[in-house]
Amino acid sequence: MLQERVPDLAKFVEPDRVRREVYVDPAIFELEMQRIHERYWIYCGHETQVPRPGDYYTVQIGRQPMLMVRGKDRKLHVLYNRCPHRGNMMCGDRHGNTGEFFRCSYHAWTFRHDGALRSIPMMESGYAGTRFGKDNPDCSMKRAARVESYRGFVFASLATNGPGLLEFLGESRIAFDDMCDRAPEGEVEIVPNCFRVIQRSNWKIFLENQLDALHPSVVHQSTGRAAMDVESRIKKQTGQAPLSYHMLSAFAAVTIEKWDGFQTLNYPYGHCILTGYMGLRPKDPDTLAYEKVMQKAYGKKRMEEILGVNIHHVLIYPGLSVQSALQQLRAVRPLGVDRTLTEIWHFRLKGAPEPIYRRSLAYYNLVNSPATLINADDLENFWKCHQGLASDGGDWVTFGRHFGRDLDNGSVVETGPNMGTSEAPMRNQMKAWAKYMQAAA
Amino acid sequence: MKTQHQVEQFLYRQAELLDAKQWQEYIDLFAADGVYWVPADPAHKTWEGMPAIFAEDKNLMTVRMQRVLHPDAWSQRPMWATNHVVSNVVIEKTGANGDVHVRSRFHMLELRRDDVRHFAGSYRHHLKKTKDDYRIKLQRVDMTNAQAAYDYVLQVWV
Repeated sequence: MLQERVPDLAKFVEPDRVRREVYVDPAIFELEMQRIHERYWIYCGHETQVPRPGDYYTVQIGRQPMLMVRGKDRKLHVLYNRCPHRGNMMCGDRHGNTGEFFRCSYHAWTFRHDGALRSIPMMESGYAGTRFGKDNPDCSMKRAARVESYRGFVFASLATNGPGLLEFLGESRIAFDDMCDRAPEGEVEIVPNCFRVIQRSNWKIFLENQLDALHPSVVHQSTGRAAMDVESRIKKQTGQAPLSYHMLSAFAAVTIEKWDGFQTLNYPYGHCILTGYMGLRPKDPDTLAYEKVMQKAYGKKRMEEILGVNIHHVLIYPGLSVQSALQQLRAVRPLGVDRTLTEIWHFRLKGAPEPIYRRSLAYYNLVNSPATLINADDLENFWKCHQGLASDGGDWVTFGRHFGRDLDNGSVVETGPNMGTSEAPMRNQMKAWAKYMQAAA
Repeated sequence: MKTQHQVEQFLYRQAELLDAKQWQEYIDLFAADGVYWVPADPAHKTWEGMPAIFAEDKNLMTVRMQRVLHPDAWSQRPMWATNHVVSNVVIEKTGANGDVHVRSRFHMLELRRDDVRHFAGSYRHHLKKTKDDYRIKLQRVDMTNAQAAYDYVLQVWV
C-alpha cells in the first residue's frame, strides 16, 4: 500500500537534482526507514560506553528502539528493547546496568543479556502444555540480525542479508583508523557525556550539510568574525591565543576560495570524506610533547603518516558524521520526516597527554554543545530548508555546483582540483539513496 | 540583612541585564578572571577539563556577545526574548574579605519565533567583594532540564 502511494522513486532522483518530496513526504520517510536505516549498518555506540557486564545503552535504529548491552561473557549484544510477553519496553532508562539479567517491570519475565528467556513466573503451573516456554524462540527478546564492531565502534544491522560491516564501510573506515591511530595506544575511550540536540528538519538535510564546503563562510561568519577579533586581541596582549579561538575563527578565515582548495572523496553506499586541515598540528609545546609520545609508540615514519592524515569530516551514510582528528562524532537518529535527533560524543586518545584531550574538548564544547556557537545557525538553516521544501514554491532541490567536473574512477568520485566546494557529496548521497530505495525488499 | 539585600539586588540586576540584552554590562558583572559555567552533568565538580554546556571566561563571553550582535547571526534573526525570575536567595558562606557564596533558583522563559521554552534550575554564585559592589568569580548554573534533549539550542547565557 505504502509503495502504491510512493510513485516511481527513480523519477525522484536525477544526477544533479532531487524532488522535494524526498525530504518532506511521510510515506517516503517510512520507506527510508524500512529500506535504509532498518536494513544497513547503523552506529550503536562505542564499546567503552558499556564496560561492565549488564551495562546497557538504548539506541534508536530506524524506528526500532534497541538496547546495546554487555553480556556476562563480555560480548556485546544488540536487542529490541521489548519484552516478548506483552510488548512492554524492557529498559525505561536511557542507560544503566541491568544486573545479572533483564527483568520486565510488568510481569517479571527475565532474560539473559543475549536476550534468551531465563524464567517466567508460574512457568510450570501457568504455562505447562502451552506454546510458551524456553524452547520457543518467540519467548526471547529479539536480537538485531547482525552486530559487528570496528576498532571499538559498534554497528548493528536489522537485516540478515547484505554486505558485512567492513565491506559496507569501505574507505570510510578511515574515520575510525584516523581517530584510533592518533592515540599512542591505538585505541580511544569514550567520554561519558552525550549532548542531544533535536533538529526540526529531515535527516538528510543534516547529512548534506556536513560536507558542504561552501556553507561555513556564509553561515558561520558571525562567530568566525567575533572569534577572530578576540583572538587577535589576546595575541596582542599575550603573544599567543589558545587553539580554541582558531577553531572558531577558521570559519571566517577560511574563505570560499580556500575551501575550494580542499577535496571531497565520494564512495559507494553514500559515504563521503572532506579533506582539509584546521591547523591542528602547530609547533606549540603541547603538540611537540604529544609527537614525542607518538614517535615512541609508532616510530617516526609511522607517526608522520598518522599525523599527516588530512581529514575534516567523514560521513558514514546514513547516520554518522565523524571528525576523526578532533575525536568526535554525531550520530543521526531520524525521529520523523521533519525531526531528527543528533547524539554527540567525544573520545579520549588512550596514552595521549591531557592537553591533546583538552583540544578535542574545546571543539566539543564550543561547536557541539547545546550552547554551540556554530551549529545554531546550521539548525536555523535546516529548519528553513525544510519549511521551504514543504511548500509548492518549486519541485526540485538542486546540486549543480561543479556538476559534470567530478573525476569518476569507479570506486571513488573525486572532486577536481580547486573544486572542493563541489556538490559532489550531495549527488553521491542521493545516488546511493536511490539505489537503497530501489533495492528489492 | 544588608548583605542579603545587596546580594539579591545584584542577582536581580544580572537577570535584568540578560532580559534587556545588555550583553556588555552583563559581562562586566564578572571579575577579570570570572567564569560562567553550565555543567554538562550535575555531578561535575569543576568546569576545567570537563564537557560543559557553557564554560566561558570573559574572552569567550565576548566572542558570544559579538557573534549575537553580528548582523549575520542567522539563528538570532527571528524575534526572540527571555524573561528571568530569580528567587530563593540563600547566602551559604561569607568570607572575612566580604566574598559571598550564594545559591538561588531561577526560571527562564524564552520566546523564539513562535515557540516558548522553559529552563529552570539553580544558580550558585561565588561573588567577590569590590569597593561598593560585587563581581562574579564563578557562576554555576544547574538546569533541571539540562539533561533532556534540546529542541534547538541555547544561544545566550541562561
